Amino acid sequence: MKPFTVHRGRVAPLDRVNVDTDQIIPKQFLKRIEKTGFGQFLFNDWRFSNEGKKNPEFVLNEPRYEGATLLVAGKNFGCGSSREHAVWALADFGFRAVISSSFADIFSNNSTKNGFLTVVLREEEVAILMKRAFEIDDYQITVDLEKCEVRDDQGFRANFAIDSFVRHCLLNGLDDIGLTLQHAAEIDEFERLHPMPFASQA
Amino acid sequence: MVGQQTLFQKIWDRHLVAQPAGRSPIIYIDLHLVHEVTSPQAFDGLRAAGRKVRRPTRTVATVDHNVPTEPRGTPITDLIAARQIAALQQNCKEFGIQLFDMDSPEQGIVHVIGPELGLTQPGMTIVCGDSHTSTHGAFGALAFGIGTSEVEHVLATQCLAQQKPKTMKIDVRGRLADGVTAKDLALGIIGQIGTDGATGHVIEYAGPAVRALSMEGRMTLCNMSIEAGARAGMVAPDETTISYLKGKKFAPTGKAWEQAVAYWRSLPSDGGAQFDKVVEIDAAQLCPFVTWGTNPGMVAPVTGRVPGMNGLKEAERRATELALQYMGLEPGRKIEDINIDRVFIGSCTNSRIEDLRAAARVAKGHHVSTKVRAMVVPGSQAVKRAAEQEGLHRIFQDAGFEWRESGCSMCLGMNPDILQPGERCASTSNRNFEGRQGRGGRTHLVSPMMAAAAAIAGHFTDIRNWKFE
Repeated sequence: MKPFTVHRGRVAPLDRVNVDTDQIIPKQFLKRIEKTGFGQFLFNDWRFSNEGKKNPEFVLNEPRYEGATLLVAGKNFGCGSSREHAVWALADFGFRAVISSSFADIFSNNSTKNGFLTVVLREEEVAILMKRAFEIDDYQITVDLEKCEVRDDQGFRANFAIDSFVRHCLLNGLDDIGLTLQHAAEIDEFERLHPMPFASQA
Repeated sequence: MVGQQTLFQKIWDRHLVAQPAGRSPIIYIDLHLVHEVTSPQAFDGLRAAGRKVRRPTRTVATVDHNVPTEPRGTPITDLIAARQIAALQQNCKEFGIQLFDMDSPEQGIVHVIGPELGLTQPGMTIVCGDSHTSTHGAFGALAFGIGTSEVEHVLATQCLAQQKPKTMKIDVRGRLADGVTAKDLALGIIGQIGTDGATGHVIEYAGPAVRALSMEGRMTLCNMSIEAGARAGMVAPDETTISYLKGKKFAPTGKAWEQAVAYWRSLPSDGGAQFDKVVEIDAAQLCPFVTWGTNPGMVAPVTGRVPGMNGLKEAERRATELALQYMGLEPGRKIEDINIDRVFIGSCTNSRIEDLRAAARVAKGHHVSTKVRAMVVPGSQAVKRAAEQEGLHRIFQDAGFEWRESGCSMCLGMNPDILQPGERCASTSNRNFEGRQGRGGRTHLVSPMMAAAAAIAGHFTDIRNWKFE
């Protein structure tokens, strides 16, 4: 997994609450059996018309946000379906992190497995970043996982909380399957004490 | 009180494999359910790392999301969907996993077949790469949805590294009135606490109104937990649970059954157990609900109106505006005046035999409005057979409903069952997100009885005034 340490980049504002994973990656694109190539379908129904034409009003289609690597959004981002394709699509499109006042649990979990950061700031802090991303041309911020801090060149500075183990894995790009397998002896022991609960399969 | 434990805590403690210092606890997973959409990349990951499936016998797969609901044997015309189904077949063969395939008499929606086969049992930890895994909590299991990376983790280790969630008790006092179902209870709760009201928490549903629910009702209720943001939803096992499981295909038998029942009876939360949050609901205040917006928290009583913007904070006001614009509705419109084009009775929320019985009771002796196309999609082949033995399919067909093969179908429209742009649907499914049932489609979530009544009336109507034949 790609480590996340310190990242500075352009900010795109998505001023909506409860952005669900059906919007992030609509279901018609979940049939691929690869992990790659989902970026082209990110926010498909908001980015493109039925005929496949770009919707000029959608924020990610505005030339000023081209190349943005950080997304600021309203509360409860990533709610709904467990599809990890949502994270794959955001990452493949070029984003490294989403900043919001809250995230759905499964989306957060999925993010950390892909070197993708979900940064929780207070609602009023998110509102400041959102406003600046709308008002300032090429607005850039720094997301610093080493210091657990978000800052900009205009004096904004805020700390965020993150589980220390999750942070450790992200900073070092660790594969947590390998870490769990270090406990193989304990898993064996657990299975010895807890036999299969199913009747023999007919 | 010291030593008093919740149902959740008892299951969590029993499944702790290791608690490495400075890391997330590792818990054992008793049952891993797999379907075609969220698993192919996980199997690829195993192959790339040269890993095996640790416990193939604790892993059960089926195809549900992509399968067409036309008669079985009709070729799948969507080649990408066909490729995804073929990938699951190949992966199950390669890794030695039992697959209930398209032509299996046990095929069905993963959250319908787990319980009906007796794979889902109280006190278990159950995961699946699907957010509605919370359904299985109806049995007093800890069941939650995971992403594809975690699917790979469970395949490889039969464990998950998990941060411990908080607990929330939802205490439902009193009893549900006639015509008010588990679906209405779920929608009422989400309407009250919001779509992020339970984020980070495992909900335990308790109280007399929950105890009075059948297993099907409890599954509907737990299924919708994720729509309130919850990690999982649970109901403590009781005699209803035990009698449901007895004799099921994979339920224990003989001495093992006796031991299992003794364990299950030890699971309910102790009297003085503490929860991080408690919410009280008065069942008598609930009524049949209809969602009017683009998330399941946007609900109104069937006798009510589409709400206005007064008193809403800026972010909510904008969200409401966008939702009404998408839904083609305006504040103040009476819910009963909303006409519909389509009806979908099905999904892991409401496609079990009891749901179909309730809808058939409404449909009997009536006919679907000439302006409406209505379909009934049983949750599994077993549900379909049971319904046909009872003659429910005849009632539906005589009333003008389509009677189809089992699968997820129009809940998320990954198969050919989708809404056309602008079409308005009364749906027994779980999500009314934009485009969920087809781009531009407008979804209103309701109970099976309310959906059947809407199909016949052509608009929403209060089931409590229905003329049953």
